[in-house]
Amino acid sequence: MIAVRLPRTGLWPAFRDTARRLLGARITPDMIDWDVEGVPTGLFADPVPDAKGAAMTLKRSLAGLLTDLTAVRGPEGLSLAYRLLWRAHTGRLALEDRADPDIARARVLAKSVHRDLHKMHAFVRFKEVTPHGTRRRFTAWFEPDHRIEDAAAPFFAKRFGDMDWIIRTPEVTISFTQGVTRITSQINTREITDDALEALWCSYYSHIFNPARLKVAAMTSEMPRKYWRNLPEAGLIPGLIAEASARRDAMISQGALPASREAAVTSLDALPAALAACERCTIGCHATRAVTGSGPANAPLMIVGEQPGDVEDRAGVPFVGPAGAVLDTALQEADIGRDGVYLTNAVKHFKFTRRGTRRIHQRPDRSEVEACRWWLDHERTFVKPRLIIALGATAALALTGNGNRIRDRRGTIECDSDGRPVLLTVHPSSILRQPDPASRIYEARRFAADLRNAREFLAKTGAPPVQSISPV
Amino acid sequence: MAKITLQRKLEILADAAKYDASCASSGTTRRDSGDGKGLGSTTGSGICHSYAPDGRCISLLKILMTNFCIYDCAFCINRASSGVERARFTPEEVVYLTTEFYRRNYIEGLFLSSGIIRSPDATMEDMNRIARSLRVDHDFRGYIHLKTIPDASPELIAEAGRLADRISINIELPTDQGVARYAPEKNPATIRQAMAGVRERRSAARERSHKGKRPPRFAPAGQSTQMIVGADGADDRTILGTSTKLYGDYRLKRVYYSAFSPIPDASRTLPLAAPPLLREHRLYQADWLMRFYGFEATEIAPPDLSGMLDLDLDPKLAWALRNRAAFPVDVNSATREALLRVPGFGTKTVDRILSARRNGRLGYGDLLRIGARLKHAEPFFTARDWSPGGLTDAAHLADRYAPKPTQLSLF
Repeated sequence: MIAVRLPRTGLWPAFRDTARRLLGARITPDMIDWDVEGVPTGLFADPVPDAKGAAMTLKRSLAGLLTDLTAVRGPEGLSLAYRLLWRAHTGRLALEDRADPDIARARVLAKSVHRDLHKMHAFVRFKEVTPHGTRRRFTAWFEPDHRIEDAAAPFFAKRFGDMDWIIRTPEVTISFTQGVTRITSQINTREITDDALEALWCSYYSHIFNPARLKVAAMTSEMPRKYWRNLPEAGLIPGLIAEASARRDAMISQGALPASREAAVTSLDALPAALAACERCTIGCHATRAVTGSGPANAPLMIVGEQPGDVEDRAGVPFVGPAGAVLDTALQEADIGRDGVYLTNAVKHFKFTRRGTRRIHQRPDRSEVEACRWWLDHERTFVKPRLIIALGATAALALTGNGNRIRDRRGTIECDSDGRPVLLTVHPSSILRQPDPASRIYEARRFAADLRNAREFLAKTGAPPVQSISPV
Repeated sequence: MAKITLQRKLEILADAAKYDASCASSGTTRRDSGDGKGLGSTTGSGICHSYAPDGRCISLLKILMTNFCIYDCAFCINRASSGVERARFTPEEVVYLTTEFYRRNYIEGLFLSSGIIRSPDATMEDMNRIARSLRVDHDFRGYIHLKTIPDASPELIAEAGRLADRISINIELPTDQGVARYAPEKNPATIRQAMAGVRERRSAARERSHKGKRPPRFAPAGQSTQMIVGADGADDRTILGTSTKLYGDYRLKRVYYSAFSPIPDASRTLPLAAPPLLREHRLYQADWLMRFYGFEATEIAPPDLSGMLDLDLDPKLAWALRNRAAFPVDVNSATREALLRVPGFGTKTVDRILSARRNGRLGYGDLLRIGARLKHAEPFFTARDWSPGGLTDAAHLADRYAPKPTQLSLF
């Protein structure tokens, strides 16, 4: 057995010269123990024979493959390189034949070296140190898998030609000073230094990340964890992953925000103008106008209907159509003055379908109620009523978040999102839809009774009276 | 207004830039600074210096010059009506960040985009000033990608092309109707004219003069564009049709598909839920099939099927399952075109098969060593010691590729 020990740097030329001599002495591949200096040889190992080197020209493609193989960590790359050389020397070797097991293995090893080299080009991180002369100086620490320092140096020399730098790996130091590259075999240990720019780089890294699309496997397949130790930005990764889903959910739950072109509403008086420009949902474009609430700005009682109807849309005032007339009658019966009440609707635009020349009322869907709640919330905030009466399912939905089973819930008092009491009852238009006059009268009485309860509730809380100013 | 720090600006303007998918630094001319002057080099294939947890590579410093914008495009985080915090870099700041990040080997170069301020021409002029400062004052030889403003004057786009390696103009949405609806201030015709202009300049820059002198290179890494998927109703067939036009008419290097992702302060006209990221992936696969495998858009998304690609099957496999008459293919005699159609055989595999079969007939084990994905390919090829038998025409063949059933979770 012949033991060959090659120097740690300049591996390829050393391998080439030794292999020539071994080929000249016709030493078969299985008779050689290949490795680099520092690895102990067997007890009975023979030295390399002092033979004349074999004359041999290598194809560029084979030389390239062998160079990669010599960089493989461990003895396999060197011995496979010699075996391929032996086969090319003694017979025929078709490098492009990937079905050949030697070639296939060589290609796998070479690919792993190339990948390592590529990752070194990508993941070396320079840190600035004080310069000696006029040129700026940087240092870096990197831990490659293979012996790729020889192959990696030219890339950095060509890229960073105008500065001096040193890259240290556990076994080799590459230094570049005044345009001269020097690669020396040297045991190094990892030193941690700081660089002022790292903070900026880390903020860039965390802000270019899009939390809505988390693909951790895609990241780690290209940037395996073994490199993270020496990447300043890698410390942020666990935190970014942990927060990602919460950040995405926050973006979604925040939903569509008011466009800033929609002027901020600071008072009740500013509401009509802002509402006129509303494009929060699609029903606005069909109707004549948005109908704002009406009534005193400090009303103790607020009545919320569904949406303006045909008449309201033209008039621009809530509750002036047929349902408004029913409401007026009931208010009189309950001894509540209409001009002391703030009247408004859950949805501010009239939603309808056109049938011939008539506009037929359509119930607003949930998204429209949600969109319009923005305006209702403003009215509630400005008016601050003691009690709100929700007329019908849509108003109940807008105020309490639940529009189901109004018939069962009518007459009860629930809370809105601010904890303010909301009395639930039916919409006056439902009284108009009753099939016969008797049930119409019955329903109208029940409705008036609900309003009377509201008045009594307010009286108990000590609110100023809401009786009519002018006697009925 | 209080002056904001460079760090805060970087945060705001990186946030603003992250919805651009492209970060490629490949395909430009080779340059280096081995002469000891200047800074930087370019390699053929580009380098990804880091990866974010979203799986996207970080190759370039991707920032906006400013996120102030006079346009109001619904899908864009920087639209005029959005409430995001605004900032603007000075040209010196961009140059400082680019060169200092570059010196520390964080990046391959700069990808500069911008919101439109004052006018398209003024914005383009400012971006050119940054690129000029990098190239001329700092002798920067790394990669520069400039996003050009379609409405800017042709002279400014010409200058951008001379300074940058790649220039891009986003088509934004696959259909003109989509652009009209979501980006009302942008004009699809102007975007196309700008792309056509870039293509004309690029071909002009390749023609030598009668003395054999080359004109200065124009955007040597070509032009690219980005389409947002899932914001409007366009189906995959429409999207691939648009891509075919872009690749053909304007010789684009890349069309990027960006699955619309929820953005902070979203416009209400957009869907809040994102389309599945898998859809984006399938579109990229289809894109690759069109560019490197000789597939037509009409084969990938044929008119007699629904316009959407199958999310469970990759488009090449789906095509093979629909066109079983073309299989099995004999790896020892088939043409390159036929081999490229076999699921599980990539372009590299096919090249290797073509050169390896000169040395003898290939068998199953040989193909395995060559790197073919045989689990995928088995029903579709014959080799020295392999025949799929009845597998090719088996009725249940699609089940073989269906995702494994998973136990439903109770919780």
